Amino acid sequence: MKIEAYVAGIGVLGPGLDGWPGSRGVLAGDRPYAPVPTVLPVPTLLSATERRRTGRVIRLALAIAAEAVAHAGLDASKLRSVFTSSTGDGQNCHELCETLAEPAPEISPTRFANSVHNAAAGYWSIATSAMQPSTVLCAFDGSFCAGLLEALVQVAVDEERILLVSYDADYPPPMFAKRPVPDAFGTALVLTPQREPGSLARLEARLCNEPFDRLTQPLEALRSSNPAARSVPLLRHLAIGAGARAVLEYLEGSSLAVDIEPCA
Amino acid sequence: MTPLVLSKFTATSCIGRGTEETLASIVGERTGLAPCRFETVRLDTHVGEVTDVDARGLSQEWHRYDCRNNRLAEIGLMQDGFAEAVEEAARRHGRARLGLFLGTSTAGILQTELAYRARDPVTGALPEGFDYAGTHNTFSVADYVRRRLRLEGPAVVVSCACASSAKVFGAAQRMIEARLIDAALVGGVDSLCLTTLYGFHSLQLCAAGPCRPFDVARDGISIGEAAAFALLERPSNSTTSDDVLLLGVGESNDAYHMSAPHPEGRGARLAMEAALLDAGLEPGAIDYINLHGTGTPSNDRSESHAVTSVFGASTPCSSTKGATGHALGAAGGLEAVISALALQNSLMPGGVNTEHVDETLTAHYIRHNRSAALTRVLTNSFGFGGTNCSLILGRAG
Repeated sequence: MKIEAYVAGIGVLGPGLDGWPGSRGVLAGDRPYAPVPTVLPVPTLLSATERRRTGRVIRLALAIAAEAVAHAGLDASKLRSVFTSSTGDGQNCHELCETLAEPAPEISPTRFANSVHNAAAGYWSIATSAMQPSTVLCAFDGSFCAGLLEALVQVAVDEERILLVSYDADYPPPMFAKRPVPDAFGTALVLTPQREPGSLARLEARLCNEPFDRLTQPLEALRSSNPAARSVPLLRHLAIGAGARAVLEYLEGSSLAVDIEPCA
Repeated sequence: MTPLVLSKFTATSCIGRGTEETLASIVGERTGLAPCRFETVRLDTHVGEVTDVDARGLSQEWHRYDCRNNRLAEIGLMQDGFAEAVEEAARRHGRARLGLFLGTSTAGILQTELAYRARDPVTGALPEGFDYAGTHNTFSVADYVRRRLRLEGPAVVVSCACASSAKVFGAAQRMIEARLIDAALVGGVDSLCLTTLYGFHSLQLCAAGPCRPFDVARDGISIGEAAAFALLERPSNSTTSDDVLLLGVGESNDAYHMSAPHPEGRGARLAMEAALLDAGLEPGAIDYINLHGTGTPSNDRSESHAVTSVFGASTPCSSTKGATGHALGAAGGLEAVISALALQNSLMPGGVNTEHVDETLTAHYIRHNRSAALTRVLTNSFGFGGTNCSLILGRAG
């Protein structure tokens, strides 16, 4: 079975990368990459009550998911989804652990509910009324590849459109010293089984044991510093818009080779 | 889906290490729940603690992975000749053709909770020995198992709260269907920690005594822990009529609330219907339902509603959480193994602890074991974030 899909929409948000249209030139190398701290928008998809309950990671995931779905011109409620993240909500985790270190811990119910790795996927499904199957993955630094592989396999096996959302953000100290992810970065792709009028590119993937691609600086610093940014070699080729192959970092001894063929 | 065989399976929880002890507890209608004495936690609740998990750390070679969650994984892998069966499958199919799909909700976060008590008083730094990737990260359990069993195929953790280790069956089945792999180690490992004990307590969802799913006086969950594993492969000449097959997987979202189920079980119903569709079965083909049945008033009401809407009020069902407690991210895997044991032993497990079934819940809840030839069983797992998964298992013959 061919592990392939068409890219119908892209979302991206990270240091110096604010949305796909504004990031394309930078990723393609036409304009210099000038990283500035990631600015996360208020999640207008959520009700005011829910909005107050969301931290940086949920805002990041919702923003890129919404961008990709809007770019694809599809109805979010009809889309399956794969969310993938190494860290989940690091700030929330830190605050829970601080409280739990106290002699008689009393933690906030909202903080606990938000501590699940699938919190962002839960808020997304509530915000968009998406009842379609959704899964949430983690493979440490290989989390983007694990998510892309799961999404492509679902497209190939079940012949359904799917939304892939890959996101990771920084921990505060003291966790930061143990897992130094410097800033928030995320990317989302809408993938479809058939070529559609707005399709951007066809992707075909296979597992291999070749060394993964590294980029030139300063993009390599971004790629290697945030698990979700392991996607940047793929995004770069999508931005350039020419046929190419990206070998992405997955697990020790295993990479994911993706052939990219533009639709234009 | 094309059926797959569970060519080996095992479970370790508070009712036993391995399938023999687990089955004996089920046959004896015994609970493993006891008043919480875990770590420093002194909450008025019962837990399903696996005894002596911390009696021995991982060996020096695996020091960086040493934490309660990976110790429990290690204990689980060593039961029923499971690790040997994985080794044999890896040799048969090739190490890169065996995928690894594990569910967990909290992985080794206990290690981090302990580390936060041992911060440097001046700098606030965590202890030098704290290993983030080996113990805290959600992937740590899969990373440990992958290296421990020298697997070279795709590997991932599914972390969808309490549906995690049911959903791994779907992820594995799809990857086998796509022919990227030929076999899969699936399962779930979740272990007691302060986050979940104090967290469920903060939501007032912990029962004071042992949990009583579907009881008129049910008052919440009892948190448990487990390591449950299965090896999934395509049926072969060596598959016998006693073997258990994975026949269908159904997944859905409630799209309703982060920590409360939809009152009518809207998403739960969708998941069960999707599993039936995937298996190509009518509701009448299911002989017994192993419920998610956590024991909270709202969860059981929602699930009962959903079950009745799909199956009517006559299909026998029960929750085994009165025996095992709620193993959270490992619950789906644990209950898949219990469902497989039910099929092989012609036994519907009764709902331990439940004394007076809530008559306003219309599903046909059974409190005591029943002997009956079972052909197909459905098992439910639902989680925070409104994530749902139903599996259908059946006898091969």
